[in-house]
Amino acid sequence: MKVNGKHLELIPPMTVEDLILNTGRRQDRVAVELNGKIIPRSEYACTLLKEDDSVEIVGFVGGG
Amino acid sequence: MSFPSMDELDHTLCARHGPEIHNKIKKAKIGIAGLGGLGSNIAAMLVRAGVSYLTVADFDIVDITNINRQNYYLDQIGRPKVDAAEELLKKINPYLTIEKHNMKLEPSNIPNIFGKCDIVCEAFDVPSEKAMLINALLEKCPGIKVVSGSGMAGFGRSNEIRTERLFADLYICGDGIDLEDAKGGLMSPRVNICAGHMANAVISLIIKGDM
Repeated sequence: MKVNGKHLELIPPMTVEDLILNTGRRQDRVAVELNGKIIPRSEYACTLLKEDDSVEIVGFVGGG
Repeated sequence: MSFPSMDELDHTLCARHGPEIHNKIKKAKIGIAGLGGLGSNIAAMLVRAGVSYLTVADFDIVDITNINRQNYYLDQIGRPKVDAAEELLKKINPYLTIEKHNMKLEPSNIPNIFGKCDIVCEAFDVPSEKAMLINALLEKCPGIKVVSGSGMAGFGRSNEIRTERLFADLYICGDGIDLEDAKGGLMSPRVNICAGHMANAVISLIIKGDM
């Protein structure tokens, strides 16, 4: 599986929510694109990841 | 002195940028969510460049603590930011079409407010609000490009603020360092560098569809 352009070993079952937690980020501070498609936050916990998936996770920081 | 006419302003910008570029900028519909340090400065840059259709949203009023970095003046303290921003932007272009929303943005009202925009700038300050806005725009407004600011606090390290395309329709400007982790808090120069990246991304997206 590819996460932010880098290979990451997938140990199934892993959801988008699991992946966000593994990267040390908070669910309410990210946006996630799976294979080019935005994943709604309500679907993080029920979206299972596959070996050929490509995931982009963007975290946001304070200030503006 | 009378204000220059609409045609006079139009011709001046057209002569500078060339008709092809000028017409693209003039027709673009740009949204700005949040009129703080990023949004108030982005708005001024875009209107100077010839953006003529702006949709802005902010629920806040101008406060004395804003003046260190936001594009407002002391005599505007206490006024809604959308009104204070409009006043200044119309000094740059009195013929600007500006749609103002003096309200808090939520997933339910975001598509109605920004649905007709080509590009929306995310210019909030709280990380969870940034994520909420971006998710709502990308989920519910297909085709809209989003330019977001993330990390611009402190001083120095000018070249660490950069623009990256992270999703198909999402561009992020900043250094990725949280306000809490940067010495000096939010200061005008770095906030403006980030705002400059964001405004420049918008202009580039308008003209050639990419960075």
